[in-house]
Amino acid sequence: MELIINGEVIRVPEHVQTVDGLLAHFQLNHKIAIVELNGNIIQKQEYQATALCNGDRVEIVHFVGGG
Amino acid sequence: MLKIGPYEFQSRLLLGTGKYPNFDIQRKAVEVSEAEILTFAVRRMNIFEPNQPNFLEQLDLTKYKLLPNTAGAKTAEEAVRIAKLAKASGLCDMVKVEVIGCDKTLLPDPVETLKATEMLLAEGFIVLPYTSDDVVLAKRLQELGCHAIMPGASPIGSGQGIINPLNLSFIIEQATVPVIVDAGVGSPADAALAMELGADGVLLNTAVAQAADPVKMAKAMSLAIEAGRLGYEAGRIPKKRYATASSPMEGMSVV
Repeated sequence: MELIINGEVIRVPEHVQTVDGLLAHFQLNHKIAIVELNGNIIQKQEYQATALCNGDRVEIVHFVGGG
Repeated sequence: MLKIGPYEFQSRLLLGTGKYPNFDIQRKAVEVSEAEILTFAVRRMNIFEPNQPNFLEQLDLTKYKLLPNTAGAKTAEEAVRIAKLAKASGLCDMVKVEVIGCDKTLLPDPVETLKATEMLLAEGFIVLPYTSDDVVLAKRLQELGCHAIMPGASPIGSGQGIINPLNLSFIIEQATVPVIVDAGVGSPADAALAMELGADGVLLNTAVAQAADPVKMAKAMSLAIEAGRLGYEAGRIPKKRYATASSPMEGMSVV
């Protein structure tokens, strides 16, 4: 399916069905990352149960240096 | 001891984590600064580079409290969204409200800052708003129940030091929560002056990160803040127009 991740249209394989699966696909599951799906923040404990649909808007953010 | 909400800190220096030459220098600067609160920004991740190093991941998070900022927000709603994203990391519940109202001066938008502070307090955050040195605005933020007030010394990253010590002293005098001078500090003298005026802490980034020797400057800032605080607590002498002798006038030996 196609997702809009951080503003870019990205095609992910069919086996990627959940937020958990998406992070694993991009090898981000051990990173300090925060996920927002269609404007809603997804808590870590909900990653496995949160299904993704074609066209979903996903934001994956993290902490960077700042003042 | 600096108390912000439920937290207590030995150090009165809050250090930013942006713009260091490299992670190695940054790590050493953070260490010698003895800062216990580090600020961060929230940004999109480059999902195609999972192995990109990240400074936060190199830190012993048991030693530091994270203070994410809402930099990039231009409205209260945007600031709240960024704060919630940061909190969802499970690593922090403090937030530096930073809502910029002018791209050139990077001065905060007072109306949106006030709104964002109110909304975030209602959400249960420990809220530290970055504000201008406006005395009445500081009072209004305090009345909302924010946990510290962070007036700027001068524009962010400008290194101009404290351009309105009078306003700053008014803010400090009326404050019932900690006042942390944030932004514009350029030298250790600026940081010491902020503390001598009675500030509870200083938040700085560029002054250390962009110094010729950031590690040495981190140490200098740490010492300056400690010296300024001790000076404030000790109580300086009033300024007098004329000299007063330090040596006794009596008992002079005369030939």
